[in-house]
Amino acid sequence: MADDTHLDHRPSSEPPIYAPKASAAMIEAQEPAGRWRRAWDSDIAYSFRRSPVAVVSAVITLIFFIGALFAPWLAPQNPFDPASLNLMNGFTPPMTDNAFTGEQFLLGTDNQGRDILSTILYGSRISLLVGFASVIFALILGTVLGLLAGYLGGWLDSVIMRIADVQLSFPAILIALLIFGVARAMLPRDMQNDVAIYVLIVAIGLSNWVQYARTVRGTTMVEKNKEYVHAARLIGLHPFKIMVRHVLPNVTGPVLVIATIGLALAIITEATLSFLGVGVPPTQPSLGTMIQVGQDYLFSGEWWITFFPGLALVLLALSVNLLGDWLRDALNPKLR
Amino acid sequence: MAAFVIRRLIQSVLVMLVVAFVAFSLFNFVGDPINNMVGQETSLAEREEMRQDLGLDDPFPVQFARFVGNAVQFNFGLSFRRQAPVAEVIGERLPATLELAAVSAVFALVFGLALGVYTALRRDGWLAQAIMAGSLVGVSLPTFLIGIILIWIFAVELGWLPSFGRGEVVYIGWWSTGLLTVDGLKALVLPAITLGLFQLTLIMRLVRAEMLEVLRTDYIKFARARGLTNRVINFGHALKNTMVPVLTITGLQLGSLIAFAIITETVFQWPGIGLLFIQSIQFVDIPVMSAYLVMISLFFVVINLVVDLLYYVVDPRLRVERAAHG
Amino acid sequence: MAVPLLQVRDLRIEIPTRRGVLTAIDGVSFDIEDGEILGVVGESGAGKSLTGAAIIGLLEPPLRIAGGEIILEGQRIDNLPYARMRAIRGKKIGAIFQDPLTSLNPLYTIGRQLIETIQTHTDLSSSKARDRSIELLREVGIPAPERRIDAYPHQFSGGMRQRVVIALALCANPRLIIADEPTTALDVSIQAQILALLKRLCRDHGTAVMLVTHDMGVIAETAHRVAVMYAGRIAELGPVREVVKHPKHPYTEGLMGAIPAMGHDVDRLNQIEGSMPRLTAIPPGCAFNPRCPKAFDRCFVERPDPMASDPSQVACWLYDKQPVEAAHG
Repeated sequence: MADDTHLDHRPSSEPPIYAPKASAAMIEAQEPAGRWRRAWDSDIAYSFRRSPVAVVSAVITLIFFIGALFAPWLAPQNPFDPASLNLMNGFTPPMTDNAFTGEQFLLGTDNQGRDILSTILYGSRISLLVGFASVIFALILGTVLGLLAGYLGGWLDSVIMRIADVQLSFPAILIALLIFGVARAMLPRDMQNDVAIYVLIVAIGLSNWVQYARTVRGTTMVEKNKEYVHAARLIGLHPFKIMVRHVLPNVTGPVLVIATIGLALAIITEATLSFLGVGVPPTQPSLGTMIQVGQDYLFSGEWWITFFPGLALVLLALSVNLLGDWLRDALNPKLR
Repeated sequence: MAAFVIRRLIQSVLVMLVVAFVAFSLFNFVGDPINNMVGQETSLAEREEMRQDLGLDDPFPVQFARFVGNAVQFNFGLSFRRQAPVAEVIGERLPATLELAAVSAVFALVFGLALGVYTALRRDGWLAQAIMAGSLVGVSLPTFLIGIILIWIFAVELGWLPSFGRGEVVYIGWWSTGLLTVDGLKALVLPAITLGLFQLTLIMRLVRAEMLEVLRTDYIKFARARGLTNRVINFGHALKNTMVPVLTITGLQLGSLIAFAIITETVFQWPGIGLLFIQSIQFVDIPVMSAYLVMISLFFVVINLVVDLLYYVVDPRLRVERAAHG
Repeated sequence: MAVPLLQVRDLRIEIPTRRGVLTAIDGVSFDIEDGEILGVVGESGAGKSLTGAAIIGLLEPPLRIAGGEIILEGQRIDNLPYARMRAIRGKKIGAIFQDPLTSLNPLYTIGRQLIETIQTHTDLSSSKARDRSIELLREVGIPAPERRIDAYPHQFSGGMRQRVVIALALCANPRLIIADEPTTALDVSIQAQILALLKRLCRDHGTAVMLVTHDMGVIAETAHRVAVMYAGRIAELGPVREVVKHPKHPYTEGLMGAIPAMGHDVDRLNQIEGSMPRLTAIPPGCAFNPRCPKAFDRCFVERPDPMASDPSQVACWLYDKQPVEAAHG
């Protein structure tokens, strides 16, 4: 009897009800439940399988996600717990016995004896956290502003889009730096380290909202003049409410592409800001901080302190970028 | 033509006013300007007196007008950190950044153009495809990492080039230049490549895409049908039509070069305004921050203006359309 | 009889695709005599433009000539290396394209484009080339050519631009001009002027023209002979009067039925049912068989080659003189 609860499940001998206008999904509906779900995203899945670049990028990205998420369990040591560190282990080259303690580290250790592999895992955590949070912040801000600008039009539209134009002509990193500088000037000194990470998220987010706003505004302006919006008004529904429900599905694709490429950009921006010494505080080093710390030791031959975090950063940024590129191409026919 | 230039000038002035407003707000609303200027021991009465002397009690428009008036003369007061006039602090750092940006721009443009044309004409060749794949990696490489890699290879391992500073500079009036000494030129190589590499990939991809687009047009097909040589078609007809969009983007990128110099200058400890800006953020040196903001905006606005005018010179179609409008 | 100016023999053009090689042009043969205007007519996709592109050696890859010969003044030109073919283009074979708005480089003055073409093919000095350019512009009917020579293409109207394009095609006094839909993009009133100009110039210079168009009216007005193309093959080839007045191939008959004739009161124009097959779906036998009102058994099995039916050639089994059990369907 359990089968009867599935609406899709009909004996296969029964003719389809929607025969004249049956879409692929509806025909699939005759098959056992669960099949239609796969059919639903098979376009994307097919293009994904056919692109080795996309698969490799996805695997690398996934490894980073898992590594960052489970860093406390995966990392050989907690690099931020002074108790677990041994200064004698400092500057151990990769895969070599330490001269004093005889310990070995896969990717070597830094100046304070921290295991590089562990700092990379913990560092990716910060990088991805800031990356995701700032993308979500930019996405929400951009979508809301885009909806408002597109729907209301008039002076609000002009103001928002003018700000967007001006902001777009300046590099994002400069905007982020400026916002970060202002925040630093406004906050009392003792709070700065505690909130640095949030300031960073807001700064990077604020520097990247424009593209979302432009995309959403465009779609909103198209939808605004469609008949269902007028119809909604006639039957007394608030047109904005019903329109949002139509606009959002329409912008999902483009926004997803912008967000993916935006994630790579945010990770790079965060690393850059941290490298410049205006990002996350030294107590929570991200990949950028580690590269900056290691740069000083490059001259004395301890290349691995910079090299591995740098490699990790490039791999992460490159694979997210490639994933975004692929996603854009895969969704493109639908965008047109 | 005149009407067009005037309209563009008015637009530029408006943008600058908005930027000035932001810089002014930085000055007045971020923290207390008096607090920023004096020490703890200053009495309340003295502070009040200073406030009046500085005109901080005046109504808002008066204060803003005064700020703009000062900004036009590039008077942003004293740097908190250096206790010297901001104009002076920036003036001694400016040549370093401008030289770096100019050399990078030339580097990016020359190689970007050459590689872009090459990859477009030899679209299916293995070298062209390798260059394209390499450029994708290049886009994902953060600037500071490129700098570090270059330092590692050419300064640390090979020891060919210096890893920091400007090397030996020569003064021509107040302008310090590193272009006239071997030492200064050697010091310029790595930072210029670091700063220019991203723009290079950008220009290259743009030139390639535009060139492929142009090569598909009817007038190129017709030029072939007229029996013109490949040289004339590729480098005369196609390249000139490619240059219009490339010129715009490249011009606009000049501004980005000066902004991105912040990162390069930090990596190479290059004594330019970018490094100064980073230090001013770290030390909350607001006069320097707002002066930098106004200056870099001025760069952007001027560059935008020049690019627009150049556009006008290159493309004869615009001359007529614009004339018809204005 | 002397060797014709241009001979096309059994031309075959292929395009390799992921699903295999498709044949775009198959077994096309025709001649063009000195000073003759040959019209090539057909629906879009019939292969008429491809044939023109193949003759001037400008097929766009992956399209390629897979068989047959193209012979100009007795010399084979379809297998020439790029550089030698380039020297022929513009000098011996000129070309005029459909859209005068996009055929000219917008960033160069028309004078510069004329002069560079002249200097590519002759040894004239710059000032001589300029004089010749002005002369050419005058010949194609550009008013005040001394002044207009330094104007940019966007400063001309569509019809004037097509005149400039014709001047460009005539720069080196070619023996043959491939005119691919030269009037399609123009206003109807301008069309007649441009056609008259083309006709006059060819008569004056003794230049032959291959006039590619989908407009039977244009052919009837301009051409001496006409080749009707269908699905990559020639259906009927003959003198214009004959083909227009007494069309033989059922497809040509259909085409003629679709033109409103002056002085005849017809309730409705006849239209050919259906549409031309795509390259991927050309039926076996005669490619026209699904739409042919007169098709019979043989048409579904064997592909007809052009056969003489004086004064024309027709690729239709109805005109097969070999005694087969041919019967009207």
